[in-house]
Amino acid sequence: MLKRLPGRPLFFHKGSAMVKSQPLLCLDGISKDFYGTVVLKDVSFTLEKGQILGLVGENGAGKTTLMRILFGMPVIAETGGYGGRVMIDGETVGFSNPFDALDAGIGMVHQEFSLIPGFTTTENIMLNREIKHPGIMVELFGERLSVLERATMRTRTEKAVQRLGVRIDPDMLVSEMPVGHKQFTEIAREIDRENVRLLVLDEPTAVLTETEADILLAALKKLAADGISIIFISHRLHEVLQICDKIVTLRDGTVVKDVPAAGHTVRDVASWMVGRDMGAARAVQRRTLEAKEAFRVDHLWVDMPGETVKDVSFSVRDGEIFGIGGLAGQGKLGIPNGIMGLFPSGGHALLHGKELPMGDPKSVLDAGMAFVSEDRRGVGLLLDESLDWNIAFTAMQVKGQFLKPVLGGLFRLRDEKAMRELAEDYIGKLEIKCTSCKQPAKELSGGNQQKLCLSKAFALTPKLLFVSEPTRGIDVGAKKLVLDTLRHYNRDFGTTIVMVSSELEELRSICDRIAIVDEGRIAGILEPDADLADFGLLMSGQGGSR
Amino acid sequence: MTDAGIKGRLVSAVRDFGWPRVIIFIFVVLLFLAAPFVGVSVSASLSDVLNRFGQNAVMVLALVPMMQAGAGLNFGLPVGIIAGLLGATLAVQFGLTGWVGFLAAIVLCLPFAIGFGWLYGRLLNKVKGEEMTIAMYVGFAGVTFMSIMWIILPYTSPNMVWGYAGTGLRTTITLDGYWTRILNDFLAVRIGQFFIFPTGVLLFFGLAALGMRLFMRSRTGTAITAVGSNPDFARAGGVSADRMRTISVVVSTVYGAIGILVYQQSFGFIQLYNAPLYMAMPAVAAILLGGASVNKASLVNVMVGTFLFQSILTMTPSVINSILQTDMSEVIRILVSNGMIIYALTRKSKVTK
Amino acid sequence: MKKPILLRTIFADNLVVVIFLVITAAAVPVSGLPLLSIAQEIVTRIGRNAFLVFSLILPIMAGMGINFGMVLGAMAGQIGLIFAVDWNIVGVPGLIFASMIGVPIAALLGWMAGEVLNRARGREMVTGFILAFLMDGVYQFVVLYLMGFIIPLHSITIKLSRGYGVRNTLNLDAVRQTLDRLIPLKIGGLTFPIANYLVMAVLCIFIVWFRKTKLGQDMRAVGQNQVVSHAAGIPVERTRILAIVISTIFACIGQIIFLQNMGNMATYNAHKQTGFFAAAAILVGGASIAKATIPNVFVGVVLLHLMYIVVPRAGTNLFGSAMIGEFFRDAFSYGVIALALVLHAWRKRANADSARSGLRGGAAGNRTEPPATIAAADAGAGK
Repeated sequence: MLKRLPGRPLFFHKGSAMVKSQPLLCLDGISKDFYGTVVLKDVSFTLEKGQILGLVGENGAGKTTLMRILFGMPVIAETGGYGGRVMIDGETVGFSNPFDALDAGIGMVHQEFSLIPGFTTTENIMLNREIKHPGIMVELFGERLSVLERATMRTRTEKAVQRLGVRIDPDMLVSEMPVGHKQFTEIAREIDRENVRLLVLDEPTAVLTETEADILLAALKKLAADGISIIFISHRLHEVLQICDKIVTLRDGTVVKDVPAAGHTVRDVASWMVGRDMGAARAVQRRTLEAKEAFRVDHLWVDMPGETVKDVSFSVRDGEIFGIGGLAGQGKLGIPNGIMGLFPSGGHALLHGKELPMGDPKSVLDAGMAFVSEDRRGVGLLLDESLDWNIAFTAMQVKGQFLKPVLGGLFRLRDEKAMRELAEDYIGKLEIKCTSCKQPAKELSGGNQQKLCLSKAFALTPKLLFVSEPTRGIDVGAKKLVLDTLRHYNRDFGTTIVMVSSELEELRSICDRIAIVDEGRIAGILEPDADLADFGLLMSGQGGSR
Repeated sequence: MTDAGIKGRLVSAVRDFGWPRVIIFIFVVLLFLAAPFVGVSVSASLSDVLNRFGQNAVMVLALVPMMQAGAGLNFGLPVGIIAGLLGATLAVQFGLTGWVGFLAAIVLCLPFAIGFGWLYGRLLNKVKGEEMTIAMYVGFAGVTFMSIMWIILPYTSPNMVWGYAGTGLRTTITLDGYWTRILNDFLAVRIGQFFIFPTGVLLFFGLAALGMRLFMRSRTGTAITAVGSNPDFARAGGVSADRMRTISVVVSTVYGAIGILVYQQSFGFIQLYNAPLYMAMPAVAAILLGGASVNKASLVNVMVGTFLFQSILTMTPSVINSILQTDMSEVIRILVSNGMIIYALTRKSKVTK
Repeated sequence: MKKPILLRTIFADNLVVVIFLVITAAAVPVSGLPLLSIAQEIVTRIGRNAFLVFSLILPIMAGMGINFGMVLGAMAGQIGLIFAVDWNIVGVPGLIFASMIGVPIAALLGWMAGEVLNRARGREMVTGFILAFLMDGVYQFVVLYLMGFIIPLHSITIKLSRGYGVRNTLNLDAVRQTLDRLIPLKIGGLTFPIANYLVMAVLCIFIVWFRKTKLGQDMRAVGQNQVVSHAAGIPVERTRILAIVISTIFACIGQIIFLQNMGNMATYNAHKQTGFFAAAAILVGGASIAKATIPNVFVGVVLLHLMYIVVPRAGTNLFGSAMIGEFFRDAFSYGVIALALVLHAWRKRANADSARSGLRGGAAGNRTEPPATIAAADAGAGK
């Protein structure tokens, strides 16, 4: 039965009859913005008891935010709350933390494992819900001194695991389990809760083998048949079509399609996901480039947590703007990070025929490559330092520039004057809005910070430039300027550019070719004016050639 | 500017700087104000404080590189101190006196300082994140191991070895006749009856500080600051965090070695065996008192902190003991220095992310 | 892939123990001490010191490393003993009285220490170390200035000549050896302090039981991963504080047991090396910053004290200087702690690295190829 926590507003009437006609979950007009940036707008859909709903959408479509609202994550309240209503069994609810959601019967299985490695399957499944043995000490000193009833816990675990249709040793340590078993353990933990009614799964099959995925999908169907509703988030559209009763497609924060799954194909869903209202006029003019190869990657793998690259090979022509797109977490961000040596990586990368060492940022920079990271605050800038310090940093370290000799060349110090001149040059060229070149980087807006990062890279006069998410989180005006600058350097100075981005439109407006990454591999390379549905299919792992 | 505006700025400045520091600052001011009323001469006290400032400041300076590099508070300063002791004892062994002796001590300690520092730095690189506790115990182990060496090494100078046995160094070796107070007295200026301005040692500190400042403005120094503030940023900029940390440890160790030499000439004695065990603590407390945090330290922190800390050490015995008629200086010293360190360790990182 | 790691782990786990064993075993014959007297010393010291070492187990379990702040508990115990002596309560009742005063103080100090340590996440050991120094100052303030002044002391013999403050050495005749001699047992020339062992047996049972409780389970969870524990609803901060509180209470009782054996208390110095000795003992016994078991405690106490007894004499015999032996003993103990800390940090990183390398590509990834054509995918959707 639902536990009523003292002091919490009552959001369920205990014992009220479940009105059959009410859907289990109803989202009505949900909207959310983060400091002015609208992320969700008027999202509404319903979910019946025992139904499986597939939630699909590209990056930034709003899936994660929506689930955070549903699950009561504190970050939502901390950034201004949300608009609209969440209704369970017809009653409006307001979760202020995940425990409220858990109490209401909502369980969530995230992408990152939330398991204790040194504990067994049983201990993890029953974490903080262990079965306790009453005793004297409990009366005297409180609940936490009761001894755990391990035998009963073990039996419960076996039952939960069986419900999923798999075999997992209840006494095995999680740290020794294969990845698939960890996923099942997580799910078992959620369904073991007595009052679970709605289960949200975020990319549950990402780490499973084909067989394991089939087992999971079968288990989910069984759970639904038992009356548990499921929200299934996945970019593997064939899976979505396989088990879901209805499909809700989010794009740019709104629901663009809310239909039963029956009668639709993967291609249909893929095209809803990426949108159809793009004119061909937006695509860049085709141009003929020399076939000379500037840069090649062979069987690259990168261990970047959350963006693993398994096996990627591609080739970039001299003077080209090569785009890399794909859904979040599929590995596209891992490619530049790995090549630049910021994460453990292997395979081969060659610049103008010369092999680049892996895992050594300095040599890669020396060879003439530069990188504008997607994490401009964490990796791109030292926020406490001034503009000119930031812009000149890499050039100073890698090429020894902006240093002046002192005492007849005995040692070299920072040349503040040269640094200032450099900064002012870029402030003018890129229209960076600041009070002076000595202003700390943290005081600039997102768009201007991005321009700083670009300046830092351009100051190296690189032969090849990697740019990762160049316009993420910056306003429209700055976006245009950034893209124009990239185009300018490419056209006028011949800098080869490899651009990684989640925004397909952006890639299509500037790139000569676009590769799509799915599950750590290149799913295909397309011309920018290819049909959008083809892009969507590549992103969901279907279609195209390797 | 409105009243509220000024008040708001003041409060936030104080909060940034930290209430404990402000309180101690006010405490020191009060001590100086109270001094004449309890028969303690302010000029003599000030002179004392300046002397002790010069005595300790270089060792406090030694902490800066490692803090900037994100390697934490250098509780392993004893490693550098040992190198300095080797330099000093060797200089005395060779019978070098006066300026020659002092400069020889510096030159002789350098190879040891660089060598020990390099090894120590390599060790710290392998244990990123737990540096401080390990630094402490490496320091302790080093000091006690050297204690064995002081007994075994074949020193012969009659000024240093035990009278009866003829071998093994004494616990305390006087520098009378060698280079006692050579810096302190150099170009010293006497003003009035009680006040002597120890120009020499303050000049030396100035030189050491200048060296540190130039180092931090060099390419390497810039890289070190980056590594300490944001290792990811540094890595992406082609900087090797390991190399920078090792360099910072070596510089720190060298300054530590020179620091103990400055300390000895002012104190007048070479102290061996277990003396260096806890010498890092006052230095750490001083720099934190001056406003440094665990991964950011500046020259201003060094100067302000050393001055305040030595003021407390000097004034508390004289003033408080006169007032309370009892010697509480030890307790106050312990509370202030350790309290300062705890405060810094429990503060959140100040680097903007 | 598995075998070399296994080998490495077992060896590395016990590297510290092995080194210690080798050196100590070599020193035993060199020292020239009779085996019987060595054995007697060990037997006594287990009874004297082991309780203190036990206090380190829970904080290690809770992921807080070596609790150097246990010294606070030792200080509380000493204050209890001061009052016991002052009120002239002798024998075992005296010890119990000292505990009754010391334990509440220890609990309070432990709570404070826990709060401070929670604010210094990731630096608990260093903070605990410095906290011990800080509280030493407070202890001095209380015992040297307040006692006999604001805090009334009856007995004149305890006070310093100036009228307030406790003497540097406190005679513990009232309770000297009372626990040790309570239930003596002589076997083969060795006297065993059975009462001490009984007390420790009770402690062992407590620890074993504690591990089975919910609180113990929570502590283990928190010690391994605070984020996951927090997400599961475990009160992480409170759990950590409780670990320190219990640890401090054990240290208090342990120090009382220690001092009753010594018979004398160096009022201002008795607690100073407590943390170091306990840490050295448990690390030498094979524990690490993340894991400590009851056998670690006993093995560690035996080995450490064996070394302490034997090595200085060996040093004297070898080098003709008692000082060398003592310095070597100290250097070795410090070095062993440094080694254990380094090994632990090293292996933690190596483990994290190898765990991630399992996910690295090049290998036949985790998934087989998706359906070759769109048609097949649609067919697979099977509607």
